[in-house]
Formats: sequence, structure tokens, C-alpha cells
Amino acid sequence: MSFLFVAIGGFFGSMLRFYISIKANKHLIGTWIANITGSILLGITVHFHMIDQLSETFWQLIGVGFCGAYTTFSTFGNETLSLILEKRYSVAAGYIASSFIVSLLFVYLFLVIMQ
Amino acid sequence: MSNRVSNLHSIKLYIAVGIGGIIGAVGRYSISLLFQPNVNFPYATLIVNLIGCYLLSFVLNKGLIKQRLSPEMFAALGTGTIGAFTTFSTFAVETIELWTRNSYLSILYVVISIFGGLGFCFLGYMSAKERVVQS
Repeated sequence: MSFLFVAIGGFFGSMLRFYISIKANKHLIGTWIANITGSILLGITVHFHMIDQLSETFWQLIGVGFCGAYTTFSTFGNETLSLILEKRYSVAAGYIASSFIVSLLFVYLFLVIMQ
Repeated sequence: MSNRVSNLHSIKLYIAVGIGGIIGAVGRYSISLLFQPNVNFPYATLIVNLIGCYLLSFVLNKGLIKQRLSPEMFAALGTGTIGAFTTFSTFAVETIELWTRNSYLSILYVVISIFGGLGFCFLGYMSAKERVVQS
């Protein structure tokens, strides 16, 4: 049964990421928004899962399925590689740094500070 | 009329991406089940992210794949399946969880993910372009 919930989450998560990337209409912005907001949502989901306020079903649906599929590492990596191959090194470094720092700070807030 | 056709077209694209996303998410979940949940390093996420970086780079840079597949199939494969197979949010949460237990391992996880991810993207790029280099 857990596979079904992961699948439903994955269906909507990847569609929403696709929608945002089309609406953002600019290469890096869509992935950046999806990765940051998805990390924040997963941080909140883990927070409630840890204090037993969230059932295993919702964890699989929202945490594993939706957040997992809504955010992406492969597109992030390939966009960064394209920037490097175009010799836009400072944009590449800024893209990596801002994605990591902003997402990690928010997750730290929900998982450590708010515990 | 043309508006309706383009709407229908984009609905097909969204459904294709969603179905691809099901395959990617279930694949990622299956791999995570192969690992003990309480191992002290997030191998499962690292493995799916590195494999996904290689595969997406190969698919995007191999011209033949885009030529042979319909736009729906191409979006389902790249944006849907491989995009949903890899994950950024789980990586972020695991990094912070690791940080609270062992900050060195946490930094190692971030460094391997960044440089490994870029390295596998580059490998995918090179293997997609291989024939051009040889000729």
C-alpha cells in the first residue's frame, strides 16, 4: 500500500515542478523555487512526523512522494554543469550556494530550532 | 480553436510528466527500502541523485533521444521520471539530521553530493557526445 501513496505524491509533485518551471519561464528560477519550497515543506513534514502528529500514510504521500518528486537534484546538477560549460562560473557558484544555504537554513529552523 | 488544441496538448504533457513522476518516485522509494533506515550515512539518496545526474545529462545531450521520442515521452522521461527519481528536499533534511549527530559526515555528504553530482553530469554529457569526439 505504501507504494500507492508514494506514487500519488510523485504524480502531483512532478507535475507541480513542471508547472512552476513553465510559469517561471527562465531556466534556473523554476528549479530553485521548487527545491527551496519543497525542502521547507519536507522540513515541516518531518517535524510533525517526529512528534507523532503525522501518520505513516501522510509521510509516504507528502514526504517521500510529493516533496521527493517536487524537488530535483538531477536538473539542478545539469543546470549547474551548463553554466560551467558556458564559463559562467560566478552564476554557477551563486546557484549552488544559494540553493544549499537557503534550503539548509530553513530545514535547520524546522528540525533543530523548533524542536 | 487553436487555443483548445494547445490546451489539450499541454494537458497531455502534464499527464505524461505526472506518470513519469510516478515511476521515478516509486523507483527512488524502492531503492531506499534496500537500505536499513538507521544506517549512519544516507547512501540511498546519494546513489539515486548520482545515477539521476548521469542519466538526465545523457538524455538531454544525446540528440537522438530527443529526435526519436515524442515531446510527451521526452518530458515524461527527463522532467518526470529522472526529475522525480532524484530529490533535493530529502538531501537537505538528511544533511541537517546528520549535522546534529556528526557534523563532519554532514559536510562530507554535502561535498560528495555537489562534486559527485556535477561529476556524474559531466560523465553523462561526455558519454552522450562520445561519437562526435571520435569522428
